[in-house]
Amino acid sequence: MNAIDAKKATGIGASVPRKEDFRFITGNGHYTDDICRPGQAYACFVRSPYAHATVDDIDFADALAAPGVILVLTGKDVAADGLGGLICGWLVHSKDGSPMKTGAHPVLALTHVRYVGDHVAVVIAETAAQARDAAELVDVSYGELASVTAVSGAQAPDAPQVHPEAPRNTCFEWELGDKAATEAAFNNAAKVVSLDIANNRLIPNAMEPRAAVGEYDKGTGVYTLYTTSQNPHVARLVLSAFVGVAPENKLRVIAPDVGGGFGSKIFIYSEETVCVWASKKVGRPVKWIADRSESFVSDAHGRDHQTHAELALDANGKMLGLRVKTKANLGAYLQLFSASVPTYLYATLLSGQYDLPAIYCEVDGVLTHTAPVDAYRGAGRPEATFVIERLVETAARELGEDPAEFRRKNFIRKFPHQTPVIMAYDVGDYEASLNEACRMIDYANFPQRRREAEARGMRRGIGFSAYIEACGIAPSAAVGSLGAGVGLWESAEVRVNPTGSVEVLTGAHSHGQGHETTFAQLVSDRLGIPIESVEIVHGDTDKVQFGMGTYGSRSGAVGMSAIQVALDKVIAKARKIAAHVLEAGEGDIVFENGHFTVAGTDRGLAFAELALQAYTGHKFPTSEIEPGLKETSFYDPTNFTFPAGTHIAEVEIDPGTGVVKVIKFVAVDDFGNIINPMIVEGQVHGGVAQGIGQALLENAVYDPDTGQLLSGSFMDYCMPRADDLPSFDVGVTVTAAPSNPLGLKGCGEAGAIGAPPAIINAITDALGVRDIAMPVTPERAWRAANGL
Amino acid sequence: MEMSGEFRIPAPKDKVWAALNDPEILQQSVPGCQSITKLSDTEMEGAVTASVGPVKATFKGSVVLSDVNPPDSYTLTGQGKGGAAGFAKGVAKVSLTEDGSFTVLRYSVQASVGGKLAQIGQRLIDGTAKKLSEEFFGNFSAILGGSAAAESVAEPQLSSSGGLNPALWITALILVMAALTLMFVL
Repeated sequence: MNAIDAKKATGIGASVPRKEDFRFITGNGHYTDDICRPGQAYACFVRSPYAHATVDDIDFADALAAPGVILVLTGKDVAADGLGGLICGWLVHSKDGSPMKTGAHPVLALTHVRYVGDHVAVVIAETAAQARDAAELVDVSYGELASVTAVSGAQAPDAPQVHPEAPRNTCFEWELGDKAATEAAFNNAAKVVSLDIANNRLIPNAMEPRAAVGEYDKGTGVYTLYTTSQNPHVARLVLSAFVGVAPENKLRVIAPDVGGGFGSKIFIYSEETVCVWASKKVGRPVKWIADRSESFVSDAHGRDHQTHAELALDANGKMLGLRVKTKANLGAYLQLFSASVPTYLYATLLSGQYDLPAIYCEVDGVLTHTAPVDAYRGAGRPEATFVIERLVETAARELGEDPAEFRRKNFIRKFPHQTPVIMAYDVGDYEASLNEACRMIDYANFPQRRREAEARGMRRGIGFSAYIEACGIAPSAAVGSLGAGVGLWESAEVRVNPTGSVEVLTGAHSHGQGHETTFAQLVSDRLGIPIESVEIVHGDTDKVQFGMGTYGSRSGAVGMSAIQVALDKVIAKARKIAAHVLEAGEGDIVFENGHFTVAGTDRGLAFAELALQAYTGHKFPTSEIEPGLKETSFYDPTNFTFPAGTHIAEVEIDPGTGVVKVIKFVAVDDFGNIINPMIVEGQVHGGVAQGIGQALLENAVYDPDTGQLLSGSFMDYCMPRADDLPSFDVGVTVTAAPSNPLGLKGCGEAGAIGAPPAIINAITDALGVRDIAMPVTPERAWRAANGL
Repeated sequence: MEMSGEFRIPAPKDKVWAALNDPEILQQSVPGCQSITKLSDTEMEGAVTASVGPVKATFKGSVVLSDVNPPDSYTLTGQGKGGAAGFAKGVAKVSLTEDGSFTVLRYSVQASVGGKLAQIGQRLIDGTAKKLSEEFFGNFSAILGGSAAAESVAEPQLSSSGGLNPALWITALILVMAALTLMFVL
């Protein structure tokens, strides 16, 4: 295969099969559980069975005497070693200007436990089974206290308090938008449509549970933490700067193959903190692997909003204003992004795709005796999209307008567009996506399909969702001004080897996204070298200089852009070297298809030959040009990116059983330019599956009286399976993002954002009801279908 | 949250009361009863091994007895701790009424469970609780010499204010009953 063909087959825009799949499919991946260090011991955590209690006494004498037990550690040991608590990296201020209020988040509970599953003690033993058996022998005396798990009632003056530092369990009372302008819009409205909307609580359920191996090297004083992280450098930063386990230069964090994160592996949890801290205390590596039951109670959950939303419309059905009041359940402690998700990642997207002159949103962050709630695939944007798309669909119906036409009438059409809620949309063509989605689902003939279904005794409905999201979570100055504690750029290093093969070290982290393929495609395309010659290195703080990690669909727009910039630098230097080697002026050097040539001649160098020249340094003045060929970049984009699109769902409901069947699901997304269409489609499939899961199946339920997690296993928490889903029809429209050099917007979360309102709009259409709560279980659909 | 129900036991009331005070009978009747320790005249400690689906644990229970009106009624306040498996606790009111040659034992329980038992045991507790309660009253009746096994005259009446499967309370009852047994041993 020549270079040109190679570029076509593996360059930008090619559906290259995923390089990483061979090792995953053949069982040769290296996940944290596959990492076994010599002499490693095993940790098992003692967790609170109470939602809220004092920890009066911990008697671990029997546990310590149990076979194989090496050490038992409690919150007192954490305190004695002066470790800090776990932190939230985003500071949100209330309307009155006061900073958010919450209590400390100790690594192991010291005086109180605040949710079922909270960490009380850890037993470290020779084997995992011995640690587990001994953990059962730890006798904790609890003083049970009243608990509160739902936002409704949690802010009452007499409600049980989660933290004394946060009166009325209110972490913040935040606002965004222009209250006066919005009130004026409502005063002038010809019609107001309102809805009370619940966004159900979800449990992430990554296929690979969280895990950690901590190791301490007595000789060097260096700690190594292998863990299931989406952002190993951030983990190192937090563990050193805030928790204080070890200085940053004495802590190496490795996130090897990671089997899905969906946000839940962004955060720094107690377990990995304990593993790395305890490894020095026991003088041996310490390993912990969550079992599925632990994941249910202790992974950070997602969503859990209660919202009242109102849309003001003029007499022609043009949107005038949006007013939103949301109570967001934060759980018992703030995790790394907890404060940003229901605020800056939520309310800033409430304009949707619509030209909305006035928006005012209030969000109360409410602490409860439940597992912490933080980013979960979409993180704030699914909640915003659900609010606006449910409201818009309801408005269209109440105005007697076609839902597609109603949206068209209100779409933003001029760019850039400054919304009333911070975001400035740079580019988009919302009607193009809507039109394509309508075409793909054959919207024009839906009435016929509905009649045909009715003849069979089925209720058929169609539902739209014209979503928009903000991805990249950058530029750094912008997120800093909104309260982020870090910059959200990304770094890359392109190392060209003397033989012309290339390693790319990236601060992004792949845990299912296929970076090893897409990132290599970019390099193959730009350098004209075979994709097999490109190695993507990530997930190791000793190899990669720094990185902010992967979440918010940012690895393409920010991570790959950093690689692009580093590649530019490599090519610029290579061009200089080529000029010397080929004895030509630099301006005459053409780099194309992996070859440096002197324009208009047949003199040239293949990329690999140039690489060797760079490392020998024989044919260029090393006083002017340093030998070697390696460049780095710390890239910060100029704006968020704004993926948008239209999803349309068509459902059939059996009124006799309440079973909802998704017959068709069309997703047309504008992700900007696309590197690998197959991987993008896969991301859409996964996201839509999760979105349908939220709409129809998944629900985290705490008992309101006792605070026990009732949906604590796959028997009670229903995950979507292949037979719950139709074959998805995925289409794209393209407006290239102007805020990064590759024109990418990001595709990782769109499915989970767009799907839930499309499904609920289709169900309410089928049943002729105004609203129905997620998840629409057969019971709920059956009740609604039968007017119960 | 409450649960109540009744069982018909083929023996006169005095005999049932006596049996409820007979350590031998109770120990034999309570499935999985491991040990009994008396802490004081009104406090007992004991251990019962129970498995609910994948959760198997030895519950260390303690019970305090009050409002004792022999041979008619008593109130039990009990709690069982199953280590990592969680806890169960509750208050049970038990009364005996004669009905011909039978005695009707009525119980009402307020109870709660927590930890893994609540998290993953939910769906499996129903069957387990039924089995355990049938075993208890079956054993109890058989020991009392009745040829007929005890029969439940009414399905347990359940009323719960929240989302917990009412069957949880049946298990909680069993645990409390187990603890109750220990109580009456001395």
